Amino acid sequence: MRHTISVLVENKFGVLARIAGLFSARGYNIASLAVSETFDPQISYMTIVVEAKDEKVLEQIHKQLNKLIDVITVTDFTKKDHLDRELILAKINYAAKDKPKLEAIFEKFVGKIVHHKADTATVEAVGDEQQIKALLEELDKFGIKELVRTGKLAISN
Amino acid sequence: MIGARILLESLKKQGVEIIFGYPGGQVLPIFDQLYDFDVKFILTRHEQGAAHAADGYARATGKVGVCLATSGPGATNLVTGIATAYMDSIPMVAITGQVGTHLIGNDAFQEADVTGITRPITKHNFLVKDVKDLARTIAEAFYIASSGRPGPVLIDIPVDVQRAETEFIWPEKINIRSYQPTYSGHPGQIKKAAKLISTAKKPIIYAGGGVITSGAHLELKELAQKIQAPVTTTFMGLGSFSGTHKLFLGMLGMHGTAYANHAVMASDLIIAVGARFDDRVTGRLDDFAPGAKVIHIDIDPSSISKNIRVDVPIVGDAKNILKQLICEIKKLPDTAQWLKTTEGWKNKYPLTYKDDSAMIKPQYILQELWKLTRGQAIICTEVGQSQMWACQWYQYLTPRTFISSGGLGTMGFGFPAAMGAKLGFPEKEVFNIAGDGSIQMNIQELATCVANKINVKVLIFNNGFLGMVRQWQELFYKKRYSYTPITSPDYVLLAKSYGAVGMRVTKKSEVRAVLQKAIRTQNTVFIDFRIEPEENVYPMVPAGSAINKMIEGLA
Ligand SMILES: Cc1ncc(C[n+]2csc(CCOP(=O)(O)OP(=O)(O)O)c2C)c(N)n1
Repeated sequence: MRHTISVLVENKFGVLARIAGLFSARGYNIASLAVSETFDPQISYMTIVVEAKDEKVLEQIHKQLNKLIDVITVTDFTKKDHLDRELILAKINYAAKDKPKLEAIFEKFVGKIVHHKADTATVEAVGDEQQIKALLEELDKFGIKELVRTGKLAISN
Repeated sequence: MIGARILLESLKKQGVEIIFGYPGGQVLPIFDQLYDFDVKFILTRHEQGAAHAADGYARATGKVGVCLATSGPGATNLVTGIATAYMDSIPMVAITGQVGTHLIGNDAFQEADVTGITRPITKHNFLVKDVKDLARTIAEAFYIASSGRPGPVLIDIPVDVQRAETEFIWPEKINIRSYQPTYSGHPGQIKKAAKLISTAKKPIIYAGGGVITSGAHLELKELAQKIQAPVTTTFMGLGSFSGTHKLFLGMLGMHGTAYANHAVMASDLIIAVGARFDDRVTGRLDDFAPGAKVIHIDIDPSSISKNIRVDVPIVGDAKNILKQLICEIKKLPDTAQWLKTTEGWKNKYPLTYKDDSAMIKPQYILQELWKLTRGQAIICTEVGQSQMWACQWYQYLTPRTFISSGGLGTMGFGFPAAMGAKLGFPEKEVFNIAGDGSIQMNIQELATCVANKINVKVLIFNNGFLGMVRQWQELFYKKRYSYTPITSPDYVLLAKSYGAVGMRVTKKSEVRAVLQKAIRTQNTVFIDFRIEPEENVYPMVPAGSAINKMIEGLA
């Protein structure tokens, strides 16, 4: 099962390597990882989506993260009221005649066409896991040529 | 003040009395300062020796061990020593030189990414890029190494930082917001534990290295006597409970006593203190102590519920928690019947060996050593059969008298560790129990011993084999002794050539006298005991079996 964890860390040299190293050394799988400074530049915020086969593994991940000296707090969002969002950029096959169809899609989803050429369009979209999944299914009908995503960001309510 | 001087002044502030190390190009400023600085410096003959010596010093004294090496190969030579300390939660600070900050990342001469290499085997590490951060970093390193669950911390210091000038400001107080170990146990959990203990019929205390780290041995004894529960220890816990106490069942696990393993399996309550239920202890997890509830006291939350399900976890310092727990137990369990049972197992399955050959039996050497030293010596070991015999056949009475690489099982550890222990306790007899394979892994430290008059006594159990591996080949690989027969130098001549004393023993009747002579000798002594070549360590739990499914060897 996938779990979303946030980790507040000291914004120090090598801290990302410590976190990544912990996951690889203990055989935990990272599905996505988003890192950036917080409003306080000394602190970074990571949102990590992990694959954990059971509670015990999740508990160990939590405890092992906490054990790292530079980790300030660890929050598991699985059982917590929270918001999550992901931003995607997708390059899809496109012809001028497709425009109304595409615009119709973005009446249902938060996003827009940010750029287009004769045969491709680049769209951006934001949403939670389900929304992004549904949107990608729609976009795939045009043919997705390239896709980049930020990975999930999460914040507690 | 320059960085190199700040380093030494900071170590002094920390109360460091001894540094083990080896020089090189990227630590020249530090060595220049060491030249007339008031601290004992031990020049080992290999950086691995320096790391193990610092570790042995830390295990014997409880203080933080310090080692120092140059960049690149000097630093990588420390790696095995750092990993060894990490696996056994030993407080250590390793200091390495690094190429100049402007060269880092350029594949400069003798550059290695040492913080990268040691990240998974240190509790924490630092690369100091600005001399202004140096004093604080050292203070933090010592604090991290010695607090909570201790462990090694590495500080990598580029050579230009060692030369750079700044004012020396020593931080008197260290507070790391992201690192706040828990010392006091949760009172509610302690109450729950006390209740479980009161109603237990077959309780057993399972003590580990955490008891020694926390200095909780007196509380452990008080608890055991109060509730009249038998005590077994892990390998790392040897010495946390007196080996001659009538409640003591010896070590449990793969080469533990049969009675300890039977008792754990039959118990209805396991009180684990500073131990981590590792695979050498539990054997097959699904079969481990099926009828037992578990109270688990440990300072490291990640040790709890990692391997087995725990009923009452208590995170905190063992000494604090045991003190409170002892007060909290109002009603004592009735364990008379249970103690009769465990006593019965002790009589039925004692540790034994066949004393039937003209050859010297390794167990006999340890029995004689015990008679001569009565638990007052510090026993260090290498790794293998000799190490396991040292667990079984010598009784440890007090903490920090058994020094051995448990978690990593590092051959080559014992000899340099014994040097460190002896420097920590010059008045104590320090022995290294060594196989003929292991002793050849850091034998160069003979020179360090002689040069510094570190009079450790090395008892080589010379069986002509990498014995423990041979034992597995005998039992599980049809006696195909693939590359386990091993030759040795003439240890008597070798010791002599270094300026130490060498002795050889081939007859059982000479064992005692030679040990006595070694104890009297004011020099480093190597004794080459020619032992029974194919003696095995029993009992033994085959890997992956339940721990009461032992091979006894004598049936
Ligand atoms: C550095 C290292 N390499 C390899 C091993 C694997 N190993 C474990 S025990 C052993 C044999 C040890 O032989 P010896 O030192 O002669 O001791 P004995 O078992 O004969 O008492 C070996 C090779 C190890 N533990 N450490």
